Amino acid sequence: MSGLVPCQACPLPLRIYPSEEIAKIWGADAESFKRGLLLREKSVPAPDQDLITMSVEAARHALKRAGGLDPKELGAIYIGAESHPYAVKPSGTVVAEAIGATPDIHCADYEFACKAGSEAMFVTLGLVQADYVKYALAIGGDTSQGAPGDALEYSTAAGAAAFIMGREHVVAEIEHTHSYTTDTPDFWRRDLQHYPQHGGRFTGEPAYFKHVTSCARALFEKSSTKPGDFKYAVFHQPNGKFPQRVSRMLGFTQKQIDQGWLAPTLGNTYSGSSPMGLSAILDVARPGDRIFMVSYGSGAGSDGFIWKVTERIVEVQNLAPQTRQQLEHKPRYLDYGTYAKFRRKIRKAEKV
Amino acid sequence: MITARYWREMPQRYRYEAGKCVKCGYVAFPPRLICPVCKAREFQTVTLANTGKIETFTVIRVAPSDFEDEVPYAMAVIKLDDGVQVTAQVVDVDLDELKIGDRVRIEFRRISQDGEAGVIFYGYKFVPA
Ligand SMILES: [Zn+2]
Repeated sequence: MSGLVPCQACPLPLRIYPSEEIAKIWGADAESFKRGLLLREKSVPAPDQDLITMSVEAARHALKRAGGLDPKELGAIYIGAESHPYAVKPSGTVVAEAIGATPDIHCADYEFACKAGSEAMFVTLGLVQADYVKYALAIGGDTSQGAPGDALEYSTAAGAAAFIMGREHVVAEIEHTHSYTTDTPDFWRRDLQHYPQHGGRFTGEPAYFKHVTSCARALFEKSSTKPGDFKYAVFHQPNGKFPQRVSRMLGFTQKQIDQGWLAPTLGNTYSGSSPMGLSAILDVARPGDRIFMVSYGSGAGSDGFIWKVTERIVEVQNLAPQTRQQLEHKPRYLDYGTYAKFRRKIRKAEKV
Repeated sequence: MITARYWREMPQRYRYEAGKCVKCGYVAFPPRLICPVCKAREFQTVTLANTGKIETFTVIRVAPSDFEDEVPYAMAVIKLDDGVQVTAQVVDVDLDELKIGDRVRIEFRRISQDGEAGVIFYGYKFVPA
């Protein structure tokens, strides 16, 4: 049996109310944004937080949740994000060094818009199943940026989730996977550009909805399952509305997605999105529960996973802070000015 | 900060590794070659406790150039649960509410960078426990 040993999300305490604070600045209609996107608030990284720092925190907690697994047992570390702090130089080396997993470890950074995290999960599962490594660490996260005034600014948030894959001490067994990929230019960022571009409404039907539903239906077919066979489902969450709509299209109920539906208070954490939702589900899942997960990354593709929770889950659930508890723990709210400063949207004079 | 020095100090900055005197038990952070208590030269590597409490602190309002965007911020002397004292920034806290005796824990954060194009320096800061 192979699958998840433990996992851990790293949400952040800083938050902003997009409809109120951001719509006010850009003269947008706050109510229509709120209704249209189902986003009440979103997380904001502090100026001293980035993908690497969030990954280290998530990974340390994941190791703790693995009952103090020796980091030297990790044979691979893969971090998926679109906001790696360096254009050239891996994020994974810093994280591996910080958690004490170096030097006998394979390391790579992944990039595929919002699906880079599930990519890392997919590949680590493969390495573990092939017995190439005993344990492997997969991390998905982002401190995503939206251009000032752009629709993305209302949703782009920050967060990360870390997963240790292995064949022993598994808390969620992997039963099936499927990947669905086409070339669809719905969202991109060219080299040296600060903010991404997107195709507006084109990001919906031919992009998100087509890839998520196609991947999900292939997964149903492969596994001979239907929505009713699952206790929980989690999808990529570019806003609150898309995952809700796609789950209805596929035949899932609100009750099945509620626990992993973090976007209304967390925003879109890009590569951290469905992985953090999965982490929130595993905080409360019971042995025997099946979890249906489909990510989405622009460009475009979806990775699908069917997890089955094992007896061991109850032993690890309280070994580290839970995702929703972390989200609700003393959030501090920023005004747009502070947010713009923290996100380096204010142009300062060059230092001489 | 010079990149080579940062790289040499990674065990302390990233993993909070200290040297514990094999003879008398004194914990040196950063590690030393000679024990200041008993003059012994043999140390074993130990990891500092990741929680502690604030012994004393000050709020920096006029900062060195690398840190001027962060003002006001708190620098504190923290007594870790293993007795070792470290000096570090305390973040994610309302400075008006910060007080001596507050419980804190270590988090991995960005410390500074060698300009917009240079190396990013990571290390430890403290947040409310
Ligand atoms: Zn000594």
